[in-house]
Amino acid sequence: MDREQRITMYRQMALIRHFEEAAGEQYGRGHIGGFLHLYIGEEACAVGAINAIRHEDYVVTHYRDHGHALVKGCSPRAVMAELFGKVTGVSHGMGGSMHLFCKENRLMGGYAIVGGGIPIGMGIALGIQFQEQNLVCLNFYGDGAVNEGEFHESLNMASLWKLPVVFFCENNLYAMGTAMTRTAAVPEIYKRAEMYAMASTQVDGMDVEAVYRATVEAVERARRGDGPTLIEAITYRFKGHSMADAVVYRTRAEENVWRPRDPIVLMRERLIEEGAATEDELAQIDNDVEQVVLDAVHFAEESPEPTVEDMHRLVYAV
Amino acid sequence: MPIISYREAIRQGLREMLRDPKVFLMGEDIGAYGGAFAVTKGFLAEYGEKRIKDTPIAEAAIVAGGIGAVMAGARPVVEMMTINFTLLAFDAIVNHAAKIYAMSGGQVNIPLIMRTVTGSGNQLGAQHSQNIEGHYAMVPGLKVVAPATPADAKGLLLAAYDDKNPVFIAEHFALYNTKGEVPEEPVRVPLGVAAVRREGKDITLLAYSRMVQTCLKAADLLAERGITAEVIDLRSLRPLDYETMCASIGKTRRAIMVEETGIGTSIGGDIIATLQEMVFDDLVAPIRWVAGAPTPMPYNRNLERAAIPNAEAIAIAAGEMLGGEQRKVA
Repeated sequence: MDREQRITMYRQMALIRHFEEAAGEQYGRGHIGGFLHLYIGEEACAVGAINAIRHEDYVVTHYRDHGHALVKGCSPRAVMAELFGKVTGVSHGMGGSMHLFCKENRLMGGYAIVGGGIPIGMGIALGIQFQEQNLVCLNFYGDGAVNEGEFHESLNMASLWKLPVVFFCENNLYAMGTAMTRTAAVPEIYKRAEMYAMASTQVDGMDVEAVYRATVEAVERARRGDGPTLIEAITYRFKGHSMADAVVYRTRAEENVWRPRDPIVLMRERLIEEGAATEDELAQIDNDVEQVVLDAVHFAEESPEPTVEDMHRLVYAV
Repeated sequence: MPIISYREAIRQGLREMLRDPKVFLMGEDIGAYGGAFAVTKGFLAEYGEKRIKDTPIAEAAIVAGGIGAVMAGARPVVEMMTINFTLLAFDAIVNHAAKIYAMSGGQVNIPLIMRTVTGSGNQLGAQHSQNIEGHYAMVPGLKVVAPATPADAKGLLLAAYDDKNPVFIAEHFALYNTKGEVPEEPVRVPLGVAAVRREGKDITLLAYSRMVQTCLKAADLLAERGITAEVIDLRSLRPLDYETMCASIGKTRRAIMVEETGIGTSIGGDIIATLQEMVFDDLVAPIRWVAGAPTPMPYNRNLERAAIPNAEAIAIAAGEMLGGEQRKVA
């Protein structure tokens, strides 16, 4: 990985962090409604993985999807406007935080039914294979989704047909408020791939470069026609499940163990230590992305809302 | 015009679609077995494994996989062996296929064709004998059709292929061997347009799928008593063609909604409620509802017969609505 790439990944993680902090603040002000699931702490997953695919490759994700959208090429303005429910949003204000779509960037949805996106991502890979295209689908889901039937149905089909899909599990250790260890007979998610004769790996989800390398390998396998890979990235969400979560189910001591493993701090230290960037350069990046986010919030505030006519028009395609 | 079976008509429709290289069929036992109802018999040998895809028994992933394949630009036709099994894909159909167009702000439409087989009877027991197409007809974003004739089975399928939205097609197991005139050409039957199957002036019978045939029998019984019944085949359950229904009721001033499924378990009540508002001034009597027993389908032959409406029950209800001598009908 060259220096420019590493700096880009740092910038993207910093952008997500600032974006999410701003989103949380705007939620508190009542500008964002519904459920809001922040990605703070998990930035290395979206950034490391999505940098390993090409623009024309597909991404399917879940309801904690702002980070994926930002890395896949959606403008911070359009993502923030979606959170505000504005017509300038990526989904024209019709989807909201949990349903970010951007066809142009091949972001085929955030889905709010746990596990619901997994077979859709598998299906995209089926469509790719059927049309003999040199593309892959990067399919994000969380640890909670692996106990859903659709996960198993999809792994089986994908491996059986050697589909070009990467099943990327963001294991943040908690399915909403229930620890993985309390809900899974086999909490090591990567092991589940074995049952389907699928390649799998576990990776440090706080290390963006490790995530990138693991995903590059999986994507190469998929493009070669050698089938899917399950990647389990161990990560941690620093905030609650959603803004409504008081986080009573885990200890402050546990959180304190994870705090120093902040993926952005780790990357910053590494870049400086290795002489790849200076403190000033990185501080400048932080300032830049802060301005980008401020602009995004301003844009969202000023944008118009969709109309009642839009609501009725957008039920059926004509 | 050639006379062919409902099954053969569907086969013709599928063949027409398979001329498009983006189309493939996917479902349980559609290939090597030839389809549980022999609709795709011989297709595997003819089109090969790539186009005729046998799947694991995994309805959720079959439908959601179809959604994904559509997103990638292919045109899959997914088949769920029977409507009973579609419930395992209810999330994929209702939460995903139906909502993605709206949720994406109109960016991503899902022209997915979902074929399945509905129907009550044949002593198949509670889990293989029900008509739940009405559940799907309640879902904005889906289109739902239930063909009653061979020509419609082909024509609605081809219209679904032209459509940009997810279309749920409920074929009826008892109709596969029925025959009728079907144009050889790929003639489309537009979605959302009902058909008048028999003209009459005294009462309108509203039905879909197999109950259209049952209503035609009831109309024969009524004709013996000098009552002429108009039989409307809804064909599409979503969207519904109220224009045709209202025009007929405007003429007959009486209507019966007929459904194969248990009363209150499908869209009949909704149709009646809507019609009462639209045609209240034309009506000389409240719209009646003849449907099955609202129970899980019993296995016992006699009980099963009691649970599914028949032509006699429809004729009796019609006779009651027309009063006087006509009460003796059937």
